[in-house]
Amino acid sequence: MASKKDLSTTTSVEPVKRRDLLKTAWAVLGGLAAIELGGISLAYMQPRLAEGEFGGLISAGNVDDFPPGSVTHIPSARCYLSRLPDGGFLAIYQRCTHLGCSVPWDQTAQQFVCPCHSSSFDTQGDVQNPPAARPLDIFPIVIEEGVVKIDTGSPVARQAIDPGQVVYA
Amino acid sequence: MQENQSDDQQESMWGRMRQALGPTEMPTDDRGRMRMVVDNLVLHLHPAKVPERTLSWTYTWGLGGLSAMLLMLLVSTGVFLQMNYTPSLAQAYQDILNLRMDTWFGDLLRNVHHWSANLLVLVAVLHLLRVFYTGGHRDPRAVNWIVGIVMLLLVLGSNFTGYLLPWDQLAYWAVTVGTSILSYIPWLGEPLSRLLLGGPEVGAATLLNFYALHISFIPISVVMLMSLHFWKVRKDGGLTIPKRLKETAEPKMERVTTIPHLVRKELVFAVAWLAIILIWSMLVPAPLEGIANPEVSPNPAKAPWYFMGLQEMLLHFHPLVGAVLIPGIVLAGLFAMPFYDVGGASVGVYFRSQRGRAMAALAVSAAVLITPAWILLDEFALNWSAWLPDWPALISNGLVPLAFLMLGFFMLDEVVLRRFKASFEERVLFLFTFLLVAFVILTLTGIFFRGEGMQLMWPWMVGAAH
Repeated sequence: MASKKDLSTTTSVEPVKRRDLLKTAWAVLGGLAAIELGGISLAYMQPRLAEGEFGGLISAGNVDDFPPGSVTHIPSARCYLSRLPDGGFLAIYQRCTHLGCSVPWDQTAQQFVCPCHSSSFDTQGDVQNPPAARPLDIFPIVIEEGVVKIDTGSPVARQAIDPGQVVYA
Repeated sequence: MQENQSDDQQESMWGRMRQALGPTEMPTDDRGRMRMVVDNLVLHLHPAKVPERTLSWTYTWGLGGLSAMLLMLLVSTGVFLQMNYTPSLAQAYQDILNLRMDTWFGDLLRNVHHWSANLLVLVAVLHLLRVFYTGGHRDPRAVNWIVGIVMLLLVLGSNFTGYLLPWDQLAYWAVTVGTSILSYIPWLGEPLSRLLLGGPEVGAATLLNFYALHISFIPISVVMLMSLHFWKVRKDGGLTIPKRLKETAEPKMERVTTIPHLVRKELVFAVAWLAIILIWSMLVPAPLEGIANPEVSPNPAKAPWYFMGLQEMLLHFHPLVGAVLIPGIVLAGLFAMPFYDVGGASVGVYFRSQRGRAMAALAVSAAVLITPAWILLDEFALNWSAWLPDWPALISNGLVPLAFLMLGFFMLDEVVLRRFKASFEERVLFLFTFLLVAFVILTLTGIFFRGEGMQLMWPWMVGAAH
């Protein structure tokens, strides 16, 4: 036994034992496998979206269907299409930014008033009354061949309203 | 040892069949009774003999056993309910209507399921309290305490997922509000909410996800954890032994046979509760409103009752503080409890000691006085965002009031420490009790004192949500 040991003591660095190397390799590969399994599970659980369904791209109508200064309810897109006096469009998600209730448009008061906890918002969705802490979310709008299309898959949360959010035909 | 006559070789086929089923006579001596416990699949969860003191009704109140029984009731009623339910938007609500009107005993089945589920939340929490107040969370029972808390969270999850299944207005908006609270968790909240909902809002994918969670993932997890929980109880030495206040040394333990002493009590208890639940379910129907309408939010829109404490907190704090920070800290404190609230001498004594009992009473009185006062103050007088308009809401309406609260707790702790000379474990007990009572009051406020627009009002003025 002593003679075999002599060979290894000629090096100054302690050599990695085969057992340790294999253990580390198993651990690394096992960790990778666990991460992959987690990733696959998450990917599997991702929501499926279809065009025309809420969560996908929804056609609201022709540009001329919406007079300036009007607010039209688009139930399939769960939003209100607000056409500002200057002709610009805002697709305002009806989901209250407080706890998710559906905020209806009050034509007389010219504002959105949430029935659940009384948050209120103006024609551009800017928050006017707490407990909501930020304006109503908006959906990106694409205007193709005179048709207003609302991308309900990507609601945009905004801390404040901005002229850049308005879309023009 | 008495010979069992059925041990003799049977002459007839029927005799041999009967013999295979089990003993024909109940054992009449202690050894026989102990033998029976060990030889039986269900009974051998128990030890053959138990300390006589642990049989005391006023020690455990049967809460752990009741939790287990309610779980079994929920699984059995749930399995039958499954036969008459499809988790699709077009069918779910109609299935519930059919269950109530066209199915024999369908209404009773649904009611038993609903009331058992709600009772389970209450009983599980009471069980946690009993264990804490008798020191049953301490070493060597630390791991079992943690397992228990995880099971409590799963029970809440099961309640929440099941709540959606009738797909009525109550279900739809309670889940919308509940999952919205979730999305206030920074960074993780939105993706988590989206994953759970199966999309951007409560919809068809949500119903399916919740159904899958409700009938397979959660029940399987609960059953596995429950098995671990029972096994750990035995492994950790059984129940903590109740000690009288003045007792210092370990009491001399009298042990009695499980059969009949423990088993008899359990049987009577289980049958009595089954009767109570059945009678209640026959008399009080589980609620059902109109079919879910995503366009129409009810006023007020409330989360299920066991989340109302959280929703009430959201009315007073910025969501990050009220829905994430405070619950997060409290949950962490609960999980870590066995590791800072240590000590063996007071295990088995309710509220640790004479002074501990006084501290608990003090905490209850303090919370009952301070919590409603603070709710009213915050509702009508305090307006942090208006007083500190230049600061972001997270600070003015979140961290600032939180700082005041923590200052208050610190001052209370100082009183308890200096005026009453409380020990560390008694101070922990004080704080725990205060927070518990405060949360109960917040929950009750949210349920009974919030009406239209979530305004504070007297309970009789809180109309049903429309």
